[in-house]
Amino acid sequence: MTESNYNEIMQLLCDRLSVLTNSDTQITPDMNMISQLSIDSIKLLNLIMEIEDTFDVSIPINALTDIHTVRELADLVHKIKSDS
Amino acid sequence: MNLLEKLDAAAVARKSLLPNGVGAFGIPIEEVFSATEARIGDRRVLLLGTNNYLGLTFAPECIRAAHEAIDKEGTGTTGSRMANGSYFGHRALEREFAEFYQCSSGIVFTTGYQANLGTISGLVGPGDTVLIDGDSHASIYDGCILSGADIIRFKHNDMVDMEKRLRRLGDRVETTLIIAEGIYSMLGDQAPLAEIVKLKNAYKCILLLDEAHSLGVLGETGQGLVEKTGLLKEVDFITGTFSKSLCSIGGFCVSNHPQLEQLRYISHPYIFTASPSPATIASTRAALVLLSKGSDLRKQLWANCTQLYSQLKETGYLLGPDPGPVIAAVLDTPQQALQLWQSLLEHNIYVNLILPPAAPEGKSLVRCSVNAAHTPEQIRYVGDTFAKLHSKI
Repeated sequence: MTESNYNEIMQLLCDRLSVLTNSDTQITPDMNMISQLSIDSIKLLNLIMEIEDTFDVSIPINALTDIHTVRELADLVHKIKSDS
Repeated sequence: MNLLEKLDAAAVARKSLLPNGVGAFGIPIEEVFSATEARIGDRRVLLLGTNNYLGLTFAPECIRAAHEAIDKEGTGTTGSRMANGSYFGHRALEREFAEFYQCSSGIVFTTGYQANLGTISGLVGPGDTVLIDGDSHASIYDGCILSGADIIRFKHNDMVDMEKRLRRLGDRVETTLIIAEGIYSMLGDQAPLAEIVKLKNAYKCILLLDEAHSLGVLGETGQGLVEKTGLLKEVDFITGTFSKSLCSIGGFCVSNHPQLEQLRYISHPYIFTASPSPATIASTRAALVLLSKGSDLRKQLWANCTQLYSQLKETGYLLGPDPGPVIAAVLDTPQQALQLWQSLLEHNIYVNLILPPAAPEGKSLVRCSVNAAHTPEQIRYVGDTFAKLHSKI
């Protein structure tokens, strides 16, 4: 995967999180999705499924335990896509 | 927030679920009168919150067998089978389960939870993959976590999603274990086993089916979904529990793969725990005989299930897709579910309350477990009471 692919992932995540948080807050890569954006586990799983389909990957749920920020999620999706 | 403060926060959330001093979770049952009735507080209640599907908790054959085992072998084994040895009953029950499922071998675990924990963590490890249904029981999730394998979920009973995820695995399908359940505990629906088997064979994976809720309930001899669908030989590993239709405590795994035996030497949930007590094993053995010959019990169970499912559906409750012994009314909010649960208790009916995140898709459930010992009058009373309360939620 290229840098442009990474940017595509990050952009999609920010766009979707903006809709999910339903606020005017500017989403930035280092925001904590749970403590700052109040994304609950059900919303997060729905977001993950959408990301999986968009990039045709499966994200193991146990890999999500270390994911807190938007950037960490983008990095994980990028790594899985690169390895596939 | 320190460790103890975290528990305090959880306690505050829990206290909101204590209406009139009665907790919805772990409710104190003062006396048990029969397979269908007990006393909670001052109330004599109908039990629809147990998994006593064949109603065998007071079967004389099982009680007698348990008494005899205590007299002969004492109250407990006092340790693990690895260290303290395997009693005759442990080995006999393993043979009997293997024969019941026409398999070459079987292993007995101390609980049904440990059967999944021990089997899954013995079969897969780091670098392997488990592909599980999104509505899987906690014992399956915990077994997968213990294994260290990558855990991929597919949408509940969605074969298109499952196939998509198998395709994405590429070469990793070779070390992938698919896990499904005969009857799912939340909504009471069944796995589409024929389609799962088709995909399992196409991608050459291993399939484990948990028959915890379907053992004794489905199939002519009560084997479960494997018997109902005629797909027994297509499933690699079958797990299940003694704590539902068999009315004791424990679990099992059976297989025709000789490698199952190796789990005894690598599976921590099998090795590092005390083995089932002699009374538990003896009553389970007696119950397995009754279960396999229990086609009349199954007929009665299904008559009760169909009656209650139809009545609740006609009333307008949103239910799971299949009638069965697990009948769950799906409600939008925890408050609605709690109100219905409490009102049912005030009408002397005990059912289960299930709230998010345990319930699927953020919904809340009021779940009934029907059994063969319920009389048609008891079932009708439950259905009528649900109908009376429908407009109030």
